[in-house]
Amino acid sequence: MTNSIAEIAGADFILAIGTNTTEAHPIISLKAKKAQRNGATLVVVDPRRTELAELANVHLQLKSGSDIALLNALAHVIIAEELWNNDFVAGRTEDFEAFKAIVAKYTPELAEQITGISAETIREVARGYARAQKATILYTMGITQHICGTHNVLAVANLAMLCGQIGKESSGVNPLRGQNNVQGSCDMGALPSVFTGYQAVTAYDQRAKFAKAWHVAELPARPGLTVGEMMDKAGTDELKGMYIMGENPVLSDPDSNHVVHALEKLDFLVVQDIFLTETAALADVVLPAASFAEKDGTFSNTERRVQRVRKAIDPVGNARPDWQIICAVSAAMGYPMQYATASDIFDEMALLTPTYAGISYARLEQGDIQWPCPNANHPGTTYLHKDKFLRGLGKFNPVEYIPPAEMPDAGYPLLLSTGRRYFHYHTGTMTQRTGALEVHYGTEYLEINQADAASLGIADGDMAQVSSRRGQVKIAARISKVVPQGLVFTSFHFPEVAINKLTNPAKDSLSKIPELKVCAVRVEKAS
Amino acid sequence: MTVTEITLTINDITVTVPQGATVLEAAHQAGVFIPTFCHDPELTKFGACRMCVVEIAGIRNLPASCVTVATEGMVVHADSPAVQEARKTVLELMLANHPLDCLTCGKSGDCRLQDYAYLYGVKTGSFEGERHCYPLEDDNPFIVRDMNKCILCGRCVRACAEIQGNSIVEFTNRGFNAKITPAMDVSLAASDCVFCGNCVAVCPVGALQEKRLRRAARTWEVRKVKTTCPYCGTGCSFDLNVKDNKVVGVTSCDGDVNGRALCVKGRFGYGFIHHPDRLTTPLIKKNGIFVKATWDEAIGLVAQKLGQVKAQYGSDALAVLSSARCTNEENYLLQKFTRAVLGTNSIDHCARL
Repeated sequence: MTNSIAEIAGADFILAIGTNTTEAHPIISLKAKKAQRNGATLVVVDPRRTELAELANVHLQLKSGSDIALLNALAHVIIAEELWNNDFVAGRTEDFEAFKAIVAKYTPELAEQITGISAETIREVARGYARAQKATILYTMGITQHICGTHNVLAVANLAMLCGQIGKESSGVNPLRGQNNVQGSCDMGALPSVFTGYQAVTAYDQRAKFAKAWHVAELPARPGLTVGEMMDKAGTDELKGMYIMGENPVLSDPDSNHVVHALEKLDFLVVQDIFLTETAALADVVLPAASFAEKDGTFSNTERRVQRVRKAIDPVGNARPDWQIICAVSAAMGYPMQYATASDIFDEMALLTPTYAGISYARLEQGDIQWPCPNANHPGTTYLHKDKFLRGLGKFNPVEYIPPAEMPDAGYPLLLSTGRRYFHYHTGTMTQRTGALEVHYGTEYLEINQADAASLGIADGDMAQVSSRRGQVKIAARISKVVPQGLVFTSFHFPEVAINKLTNPAKDSLSKIPELKVCAVRVEKAS
Repeated sequence: MTVTEITLTINDITVTVPQGATVLEAAHQAGVFIPTFCHDPELTKFGACRMCVVEIAGIRNLPASCVTVATEGMVVHADSPAVQEARKTVLELMLANHPLDCLTCGKSGDCRLQDYAYLYGVKTGSFEGERHCYPLEDDNPFIVRDMNKCILCGRCVRACAEIQGNSIVEFTNRGFNAKITPAMDVSLAASDCVFCGNCVAVCPVGALQEKRLRRAARTWEVRKVKTTCPYCGTGCSFDLNVKDNKVVGVTSCDGDVNGRALCVKGRFGYGFIHHPDRLTTPLIKKNGIFVKATWDEAIGLVAQKLGQVKAQYGSDALAVLSSARCTNEENYLLQKFTRAVLGTNSIDHCARL
């Protein structure tokens, strides 16, 4: 997030696009609801009529995957009606003319054809966003999990720069990240192309710095594989061994059957987890890890806030904290890693990471800190891009609308989208075993519109068979006004409804994110 | 000239507060204790319970300090005999219709009614009269509602409206029959309640309690450890409640991100920690079946196999998935291991999922 969570409550215009905030980020949704109670305008862009969409002043129920047409049309209106922020564009950005040329053709009328949202509504929302004192954009996987996911985000950034709605309190571009430490995992360099703090592995100086600190002669220069590419290479025998810590790709990744096949082909798979997940079941060796309650450490949240995780109890049974297991494996491979505490690891990392350099456990005891925090006297950063962007000038990256990779056709006439539920989390590994959440919300269902259900002869509660080109699942149907005609929706939280058997692994060419929000399916009443 | 500060005395202590501050806030600043039930600094001022009444020179009755704005030169007595008598009467009236089952109440030791009864020496209600006999509501796995213990302070009503923004519960009926209920007096389970439990976090008595925690430990037996929620990326803080090396519950602390607010997963989703499915020993697959192993055996095998692949096929035949569940320290170490020991940059995690 460029802003902090608390700042959302201070916005007077919130554009929430592709985020089911009340379910996926309940506490962040409280800030949006509070802003609205204080008079802010809430605009929700979502193909589904979610709880947040119900609350919204305006719900733009666009067709799945048509976000760029909408975002470009908003910019078109703002430029055509001269509502854009001249000073900001002139002083802090570049390549505006190229952007202007591209959005010129995205008239609200063209966007209406592509998105299904009326041209007049697009105009109204554009005016509201441009004229707001503090407009903020919230987004999540609803715009990123598309083959044009990166372009969707660029379109959002273009809009914010056009209106100068970034780099100030309560106003910016705010991805809400879905997992407790997904921000931290990225910050720590658990990515194929960067070390900690997004320092590129392709840069000689960075490799030299890390090699020296880690006492090795050299480090690999070529970027590695992303998770989807790993599965592809395992399937073709180019990858022989994998080490998986605390991830469950069998349920979380698209095209599950392919993932299972790929993992089974490996010569060696080690999985380290707190439960025998669907992925761990395929392993040659399973290492029992400690849960968050059983170890010390830090998580970094979606607003870049570094917070302590504190050991409350001893690890259960013979489980061990993940960091101690990694150290043991490393030592056994002839590279001893010796740390007395998690704090020692943090200190080593902070020395190598400019954005974390000023943070330490001692400081965190006094209060959380948001990075960038370059030195021990720096208070941390509540919002980014205040006087200049990281790269200097903000660059307009004009983008064009492209349709999703797999659209409904005669054989697979409905569009399937997947996402999260309030009562569960990710692959359900934890929330299906709480003695409470799974008791209250014990079975998953397929949201289907009344008209589609009627034409398929499916009644509320009937078991339905949902098939795509890649797989099929059986799931109870729930007739719902949340989804429009033509769209069905469910979550990936339930192992017995492994919906990712159906999803499309087609990826965004830049970020390699799979298009989990759109695939073509056929729904039939199960016999 | 605009007056921005005013000065008053409370129990003969002179205190200066910003204009608009209440007598209760001024007392707090002066270090004078005033008991409250319905007041909560995060919620709108309500002035319902009358526990915070004080004596103010020149004012005939005893005003509630939580809704009385301090004025210049005000002389406040927060502990005078009249004030003490009034507070005792409030407590006696509450206790006249309150189950005195502190022996088994899960809130015992963390209950304002109990604390104030002790403070003012009020043993039982001095008033005889009708008592409520509502059935215990426990038809959900999260919260137990005992409306017999409700003192109608309305904190839950305001928390639901002002923190959660859902307004599921509200006052219904009048007088003795007044009760806090969801619409149509159905149970929480039958309402649109999302079981965030933020009402439980603000309830000053035993009317709203966490279903499992209330039976798992007495309030004074638990050790509270502040930590960060393991679910979504919001980063809420809460206290793990620990007894005998076991996590028995989660309660709100004052988190930088979330205040006292939590969602159903954060507050009630801790049961996985001690679930019998937890992996407690390393496992090695032999002939398709997992067999228990020692750490030395398992680590040795992992090191040998990874080393073998690297030697035979090269570093890029290996790949690692790190975890958005794990800590920064663990992610740092695993990418260090991947790059420095395995010799590949093929490390990723589920950031895209």
